[in-house]
Amino acid sequence: MPSVTLRVNGRAQALDVDDPQMPLLYALRDQMELHGPKFGCGLGQCGACTVIVDGVAVRSCQTPVSGLAGKDIQTLEGLGSPGAPHKVQAAFIEEQAAQCGYCTNGMIMTAAALLAKNPHPSEAEVRTVLAGNLCRCGTHVRILRAVMRAANA
Amino acid sequence: MNQIVFERRQFLKAGGALVVGFAMSPSLALSAAQTYPLRDVAAENVDSFLAIAQNGDVTLYCGKVDIGTGARAAYRQIVAEELDVDVGRIAMIEGDTALCPDQGGTGGSTGIVQGGMQIRQAAATARQTLAAMAAKTLNAMPADLTVTGGVVRAKDGRTVSYADLVGGKRLEVKLDRAAKPKDPDSYKVVNQPVKRPDLPAKMTGRHTYVHDFRVPKMLHARVVRPYAIGASVASLDESSIANIPGARVVRIKDFVAVVAEREWNAVRAAKALRVTWTGGGGLPGSERVYDAMRATEIARDESLVKNGDSEAALRAQSARRFQASYQWPAQSHASMGPSCAVADYRPDGLTVWSSSQGTHGLRRNLARDLGIPVETVRVVYMDGSGSYGTNGSDDVAADAVLISRAVDRPVRVQWMREDEHGFDPKGPPQLLDLSAALDAQGNIAAWETAAYLPENTPNLRSRPMLAFLAAGIPQPTGQSVAQVQGNAYPSYELPNMTATVHWLKTTPLRPSNLRAPGKPGNTFAVESFIDELAVAAGRDPLEFRLAHLKDALGTSLLKRVAERMDWKPRPTPNRERGDAVMTGRGISYLWYKHMDNRMAMGIEVTVERATGKVRVTRVVAAVECGQMINPDAVRNQVEGNIVQTVSRTLHEEVVFDQSGVTSVDWRSYPILTFPEAPVLEIDLVGSPRDKPLGAGEAASAPVPAAIANAVFDATGVRIRRVPLTPARVLAALQGGRADIGIRGERGV
Repeated sequence: MPSVTLRVNGRAQALDVDDPQMPLLYALRDQMELHGPKFGCGLGQCGACTVIVDGVAVRSCQTPVSGLAGKDIQTLEGLGSPGAPHKVQAAFIEEQAAQCGYCTNGMIMTAAALLAKNPHPSEAEVRTVLAGNLCRCGTHVRILRAVMRAANA
Repeated sequence: MNQIVFERRQFLKAGGALVVGFAMSPSLALSAAQTYPLRDVAAENVDSFLAIAQNGDVTLYCGKVDIGTGARAAYRQIVAEELDVDVGRIAMIEGDTALCPDQGGTGGSTGIVQGGMQIRQAAATARQTLAAMAAKTLNAMPADLTVTGGVVRAKDGRTVSYADLVGGKRLEVKLDRAAKPKDPDSYKVVNQPVKRPDLPAKMTGRHTYVHDFRVPKMLHARVVRPYAIGASVASLDESSIANIPGARVVRIKDFVAVVAEREWNAVRAAKALRVTWTGGGGLPGSERVYDAMRATEIARDESLVKNGDSEAALRAQSARRFQASYQWPAQSHASMGPSCAVADYRPDGLTVWSSSQGTHGLRRNLARDLGIPVETVRVVYMDGSGSYGTNGSDDVAADAVLISRAVDRPVRVQWMREDEHGFDPKGPPQLLDLSAALDAQGNIAAWETAAYLPENTPNLRSRPMLAFLAAGIPQPTGQSVAQVQGNAYPSYELPNMTATVHWLKTTPLRPSNLRAPGKPGNTFAVESFIDELAVAAGRDPLEFRLAHLKDALGTSLLKRVAERMDWKPRPTPNRERGDAVMTGRGISYLWYKHMDNRMAMGIEVTVERATGKVRVTRVVAAVECGQMINPDAVRNQVEGNIVQTVSRTLHEEVVFDQSGVTSVDWRSYPILTFPEAPVLEIDLVGSPRDKPLGAGEAASAPVPAAIANAVFDATGVRIRRVPLTPARVLAALQGGRADIGIRGERGV
């Protein structure tokens, strides 16, 4: 059985993989028990599965597991914890910027990647960057406020 | 049997991450040959709702569930307030049929109004009982006792704690309707924006949604469904998945699924499996659905209101008569996370982990349809993706149960995106014919509504499950759509008003309750037509509404919105609307279900002349909320309902052909995106002295008409069919039909 080594949240882990085309999402959720990234569409349309790979927010449902050797993968769990949340996570909690919270992984990871490159974006820039992240509960306004809070933190 | 004590700080090792154990106890759930419930869950007993542990921690066993509404915080606040216990010392278990009383399904924004008030009464009774016990222990009068942090104090300073009085034991009292809840003037915890307990874990990836839940020896499964709804299997080639490790087929008549040890293998096996289907379909197609509705057999007519004599008033010599039809499409719950469930079917019992909004109902239905004793069935609620009514959650539970029974292992099923968009039960299409007459003064002299809406099959106990339909398992047949007739006539005191529903025997796609069932569509029609009448009368839409409204609170809400919008009376359409990008404003008003919340809404839009693209830039709302347990949670729900309904109005229509649904992804069924999110200015009106009103869904109802009215103001074009897609608006702007259809992604 072929094996791939993934470096996730600072730890390298070897996984046996039946199919090199398996999306990263399934390695994370099913084999590594990291549930921050969520399955939303499997089509790269909603952003619920977003992780950060070498500083870039990517859709783990569209990223084959075989092309990730030597790359740094970060998930929502690696970004921060309830005791020590990343500033974006802290801002989402402070603003109560969730309803069901299922899609929030995507907004937090996308915003964290944005702020790492552009620490003080305008709200218009944040809206544009989040254009590919869908929210069904209608929490958009709070999410925008949370990202702006993190940007100004 | 004694209650099972769940320690608040008990952490369970689950899914490789530490999570707070809200709703799980795998050791309990997996114990074989168990009968349920595991504790007293009789809704007349206080102990069914509340348990005080030996250390004084309180556990609330709640029959209602928090499917992303934040009600989880509010229920605790209610208990904390009545018991005078720190809100942080209240643990909560929701919707576990083995542990929690049956408080009915969660829906219709009734969680707090019904469930919360029942819990308040349970807590008030507990408080009364504890006070009597304390009075005896301290040899004092109950009226002279004070409670802080679960410690009862007499005037002379002597104390006894709840833990001392009853810790670990039952109170053994029935819910007392006469037990007096706290005076709202003394509230310390209720009416505060207490933060939700689940967000730190959810925002850091530590929360276990049902999608994240795993049990030992569990298999992953996917259901393979035909494109044509109701089709049968003609042939199935198991060798088509032979090369996928561990994958195998489960087939029960026309129910086809694949299982595998690994999730991805189940996903690709479902894709690779060669199945030939035959038959099915027979749908009118979304393009012809409104014609089909007019041709559908009518089960019965129901009169919703009959004031005066609308027929005579419409015929009156002096009357100017108007007529218009409005169309509201089938819409999907379109949950972000496709529905998911885990089931463990054993010869001696069944456990299901589900995000169903009605776990007790699901339990009864599963037992009935599978022919197993209900005492051997346990449904454990776990958080899911927001569902806004009955999405695929119950169906996927039935999928998992059938597959688990077939493979004799616990099974997890998660639907794929096309399953959720294609097969979740839909909010049904609605058609309303409206007629009215204006008198010589330009006031409404007569109003008639004729609504075409799918009926609720009489005495139907449950929605038919997809899996049981396909597998040929007998179940009650019919359809269930909830109270879709609400607000099918105006919320003004009109002299001659008739509203009739023609209840349709069938609707093309399996229906269910979708957020504020029927009310956004009905109010779209009614409040758009009110605007049309105002225009015909040459009157300002706000002034026209105020002239017909006698309700004092309603009037004040409309005026509050107008003030915020700096509303200056002028004719509509807007003469200074601009050219390439036209701007307009619209308002709407309603009294939700003619008995709950009154609310007024004003919306500003821009419309691009070249593309027909409508953007909602600003929403101003004044919403009657009554007592708010958690004002921030109420605000979050009101905001969410408004934004979601902006999405439904501008973008959403389930597209289907003669065979099945073709809008099966986010491209063909788009929803509102971040660049489109409007500015929200919301006034929540209510006092702790009022009774609570449903927090969320009412706020969705006025949105569509306010948008359509604003689009008319911006363009001079009246759109009577939702959604207001760019193509539809552009065609209308160019003088063409405003009811052109939308293309789906999947087709034959």
